[in-house]
Parts: sequence; structure tokens; C-alpha cells
Amino acid sequence: MEEIGWFAILGRMAVQFWPAWAGMALVFALSIRFKRRLGLYGKLFDSGIGMVGFALVLFWLLVAIFAPQIATHDPLAQLSGMKNAVPGTPTGQETGYPYYLLGGDSLARDVFSRMVMGARDVLKIAPAAALIAYAVGICLGLPAGYIGGWRDDLLSFLANLVLAFPVILLFFLLVTPEIRATGIPNIMAALLFAIPLLLIGLMIQTRFVTQPGKKWRWLGIMGVLGLWAYAGLVFDADPLGVWRMPPNLLNVFIAVVFVNAPTVFRIVRGITMDIRNRDYVAAAQTRGESGAYIMLWEILPNARGPLIVDFCLRIGYTTILLGTLGFFGLGVSPESPDWGSTINQGRRLLTAYPHAALAPALALMSLVLGLNLLADGLREESLRD
Amino acid sequence: MLKFLIRRFAMIIVSALVLTFVVFALTNLQPNLEKLAKGQGSARMSDADVVSWLAGNGYDRPMLTRYGEWLGVLPGWTGQDSNGNPRGRCVDLATDKANAPRFCGVLQGEWGWSTRFKAPVAGIISDRLAATGKLMFWVMLVMVPSALILGVLAGMREGSRTDRALSTAAIASTSTPEYVMGVLLVALLASSQVGLSPLLKEWGLISTPVLFQGNARSAIEDATFWNFTLPVVTVALYGMGYIARMTRASMTEVMTQQYIRTARLKGVPFRQVVVKHALRNALIAPFTVIMLQFPWLLNGVVIVEVLFSYPGFGWTLVEAAGNNDIELLLACSVVAVVLVLVTQLISDLGYVWLNPRIRIS
Repeated sequence: MEEIGWFAILGRMAVQFWPAWAGMALVFALSIRFKRRLGLYGKLFDSGIGMVGFALVLFWLLVAIFAPQIATHDPLAQLSGMKNAVPGTPTGQETGYPYYLLGGDSLARDVFSRMVMGARDVLKIAPAAALIAYAVGICLGLPAGYIGGWRDDLLSFLANLVLAFPVILLFFLLVTPEIRATGIPNIMAALLFAIPLLLIGLMIQTRFVTQPGKKWRWLGIMGVLGLWAYAGLVFDADPLGVWRMPPNLLNVFIAVVFVNAPTVFRIVRGITMDIRNRDYVAAAQTRGESGAYIMLWEILPNARGPLIVDFCLRIGYTTILLGTLGFFGLGVSPESPDWGSTINQGRRLLTAYPHAALAPALALMSLVLGLNLLADGLREESLRD
Repeated sequence: MLKFLIRRFAMIIVSALVLTFVVFALTNLQPNLEKLAKGQGSARMSDADVVSWLAGNGYDRPMLTRYGEWLGVLPGWTGQDSNGNPRGRCVDLATDKANAPRFCGVLQGEWGWSTRFKAPVAGIISDRLAATGKLMFWVMLVMVPSALILGVLAGMREGSRTDRALSTAAIASTSTPEYVMGVLLVALLASSQVGLSPLLKEWGLISTPVLFQGNARSAIEDATFWNFTLPVVTVALYGMGYIARMTRASMTEVMTQQYIRTARLKGVPFRQVVVKHALRNALIAPFTVIMLQFPWLLNGVVIVEVLFSYPGFGWTLVEAAGNNDIELLLACSVVAVVLVLVTQLISDLGYVWLNPRIRIS
């Protein structure tokens, strides 16, 4: 068999991505059909930039979901003779996919399959880390902005302290096998993962404070689910084995949450200080509502616009941070197909065989670009009314 | 004003103390010290050897005591080596071993000894900072004017085609972190086999095998257009998008003000309205953003210096962190923290100076 040209490579890649195309077509058709009933999400389809951003994000999301179907080879399999193979080289094997579509890396693994499987690694951690960072930021930022006083001064000082730390130095100190041996990441995980549980509990408690039956039912359901996930993620003690995180991944996760939370805190605090003087907050105070109720059910829902926009940007930033960690070889195993460490391995032979580093680099760039465009579209549409 | 300054400086000192203590505590965890001992001694040291190495080099005493020694508020440790010669924190650093001072910490101007580079920390930091300063200077020189021009052009007429094109370009540049941008630029411009360089060579436009060099080590002595362009452009492009977007936002806001409309209605040409009336007020907000970019640039500088192997401050930080070089890391974090907080201060002061409507009470 002969090496195939760029035209054939692109065609074959397009065919390989068919589950992503099908999913995108379905989501777009349904969303555009019902866009008037879908609120802010539906309005996204009125803005060109927002749609492009959403398409890019949706593409990578679907690629991550269907990664095993899309990948042509095992991302860890090394085929003889394929070391640094140029894109479109035939594998020469009897079985399996006949080509390395984007070539082979320095260990003779398929670059295309690694890029596809890497999407899974990135999209598993980045949104979850951004979510936890948001829970922490909201849980601390709301009281700081609403109550103020010395608590606000203390929390703001701590947030500024973390922000004054160079991110990369923090990563080098927090994400090492030596730190894992001391158990510090587990302690931090225990603290940071407890905050979302606390937040959900408080939200249920304040919402149904007048309906004890409903309150205890919801608290019970959330409590069981929450503690199950908590035990699995923090202590690796889930009896069913659904919630599990390898120690190095937990370490990476905690470091990324730790870096993001202070910024979220500052945003939430700023918005809260702005909203707390509104009339509806004064009305709730006159009604005699508790401080927690006002913060969680009066202020927070009215702050959602800027928070949703920033959430998209934050997932993008988290993706960049994860890439940075991979780039410095921190916290990830050498075989891991995540984009940061693939770029790091590929850059050694960059001038001779750029394809091994270019594929993940372009993938990372397009995902972050999609998230930023999506945020921009959401901002424009939410400002319109 | 004076009270404000005193409070801010006190804040800087407290932050630096807390952060150096955190760095000190994390680098002095038992597993990290064992790693240091094995790195300095030999990789195959037994546990007993490790313990005796740590004791012999003064690492076996309580952490708070050693932090005090590093600060210079407690006397440095003393001891003897296997031949009975006096040893100790201050003795090792002093040229006159017999009359070594008792205190030798940061307060006395002693930054300690780098175990990675086998040299005094102060000398390493000042050399590397000079190298990074050179990089930062060129980055600023490229980034700030081009970002401001882009932002002003985009914000001049909001919603126009130029605006939309430039805004999208700005978003694209903020979505491309340095390690991606660096890889793209090297593959495109600095490879003798792919990208533009082989084409240009074939057409006879360049005499060297590559258009730009992908390794900036030689730029330490002699920075040229050839070896310094790629690192500078890589850092500049990532930061540029953000400043351009802030400038655009500020410019569009100014362009809707009453006095701009008045000037337009008086018949002043559009170009003159932009240059004379709008620009001054539109550039106040970007100034703060540019100052606050410094800490962010620091991250970019670390990545770029590693990527292009340019031995500056960021490269040193990575080397120190990778080898658990405690005193060098502490010095690096002091420099970084002070840089961050001082630029915040300058940004606040500059904002007041540029915008007379704001007063610091």
C-alpha cells in the first residue's frame, strides 16, 4: 500500500468522526427548531459567533463521548516501523485500520487516536474542576460580599495571597509524587469537596424551611448521593467502585481547583456587593428571611448572567492550565494521551517531525477558542435584553 | 495618601512573609528533603545515610527554627564536618571562616546557596532577572502598542466589519496559550524541513536554513532579530488579545459619551475626534490592565523560556522546583510576589493619577 495524500487523510478523518457529525446535526436541528422555548440557550442560535463557539465545543464533547468508536488504534499500541511516521503512512498490518492518519509519534503510537482519546481526559477534568471551583467561590464569595466586615477582609486577603502566587510555582509545589506521599492533597480534597455538599445542603434547607417533609426527603436523597461520591473521590472508599479517582489525577484536580477558586470568589463577591442594595433584597429582609436564604435564593439567581459567561471562560482557562501541567510533565503518567503531555513529548522533535505536537496543539486551541467564542456569544445575547 | 502607601507596603511585606513560609513548609516536607539528600549525595543512599546527610547539613532541626535562620532573625546553625572543621549556615557562606557572622538571612542580605547551580542565590537571581528583563522589555515593546492600536481601531466604530474581525482575532489570540503558540510558530517558521523556511530557502529569500531560530540560548549574550523573534512574539500574542479587548471595551464606551457627540456635531473630522478627544480617556482602563498583566506575563515567560531554552528567571524557577532547591525557590517566590504586588500598587496609583475623578482617602 502507498502513503495517502492530505486530501485523502482529511476525507478519512471526516468519515472517522461520523458519530460527532451525527450528534451535532441532531442537536443543532432540535435546538434551532425549538429555540424560542429554550431561554438563553436558545438565543445563542441567533448569534453567529455563539453558534460557531457552541459547534466547536459540542464537536469536542461528542468526540470525547464517542472516543472509542472514533479512534482508529489503541492509543498505547506501538506498531513496528511506525516511529515518527508521516501522516497517512500505511501500517502494513493485516488487521485493524490500514493507516496512521496523522502519523506516528516518537514511540510509534498513532497520533490521531491519542488526540481523540486525549479529548476524553481533558473534558473529564476541566468542567468538573471549574464546577468545584465555582462551588467554593460561591460559598465564600456570597457571605463576603453580603455580610462584609472583617470576614470579608480576611477572605479577600487570603484570595489575594493565592492570586499573588505564580501559578506554575504553585503547580510545581503542589503536584509532585513527594506531596502525594504526605497526604496533603487528600486533606485539601476533603475540604474542597465538602464545600459543594454544604452548598447543596444549605440550598435545600433554606428553600424548604417551611415544608419539613419535603426538606428531609431532599436532604436524605442528596445526602446519600453526596456522601457516596465524597467517600469514593476523597478516600477512594466507594464500595461499588463508581466514584474513583487515581491519586495523581486527584492531585491535579485539587491544584486546578485551588488556583481557580480565588478568582471566582472575587467575581461572586463583586456581583454580590452590587446586588445586595437592590429593592428585592430589601423586600426579603423586611419579610424576615434568613441571610442564607437571601444569598442563595435572591442574590445568586440574579447573578447568574455574568457567572454563566465566566463559567465558559473558566472551563477554557482550566483546559489551558491542565495543558500547562502536562507540558511540564506534572501529575500525569507518561503514557497519558492528554494534550498537554503529548505536546510536551512532541516538542523534542518539533523541527523534524512537527505532526506529533501539532495535532494536540490545534485540538487544544480549537476547544479553548470554542469556549471563548461561546462565552462571547452568551455575553452578547444576555446583554441584549 | 501616605497612609494608603504605608498600608499597602505593610500588606506587601505580610504577603511575602506568609507566601515564603508556605513555600518553605512545602519544600521542607520530609519526602522533599529525602529527595534533596539523594540528589545531592547519591541516588542509592540508604535510609540511614539520608538521615545522617540531613543532620550533617543542618536539615534535621525544627522547620520554624530554620525559617527564622533563613529570614535572619535566628542565629544560623553550626556544626562540624567529618574532619572536625567548623561548618554551618553562616560559616559555609562566609569567606573568612573563623569570623563568620552569627546571623545570615535575608535581613542581612544573604540569600543563601543554590544546591542546583552550586553558587550563591543572589548572583543567580540577578543574572537571570536581567535576562528575563530583556525578554519582558521586548515583549512589552511589541505587545502594548499593537494591542492598543488593535483595540482603538476595533472600538472606534462599534459593530463595524473591522470591529468584528479584530475582536474575533483577539479572542483567537487569547485562546492560544504560549505552549501552543510556540509549537505552531516553531513548526511554521523555525523548521528546516516543514513550514515556510524550506520554501523561502528554495526561492533564495533567506541564506540561513531557517527563517527564525527555534532556540534562544544564544540570545543571552547577543539578542538578534533572528534568535529572539519567536520567544518575544509567542509571549506577546497571548497577552495582546486581552489588552486589545479591554481597550476596545473602553474605547466603545468613550465613543458614546456626550462630548464626542458634541465634537462630531461641531464638525470636527472623525480622525481628529478619535485622536484628540477620545484616545486620552479611552486609555485609562487599559493602563491598569497592562500593569496587571505583569504577573500573568510571568507565567508566559516561564513556559516560553523552557520551550526556547532561554536561561532566564522562569527557566531558573523550573530548574529550582524540579530539583527542590529550597533557597533558590524561596528567592524566586519573593521576587515573584513582590513583582505582583508592586505592579498592583503602581496600577492603583496610576489609575488615580490618570483619572482625577478618583481620590484615595
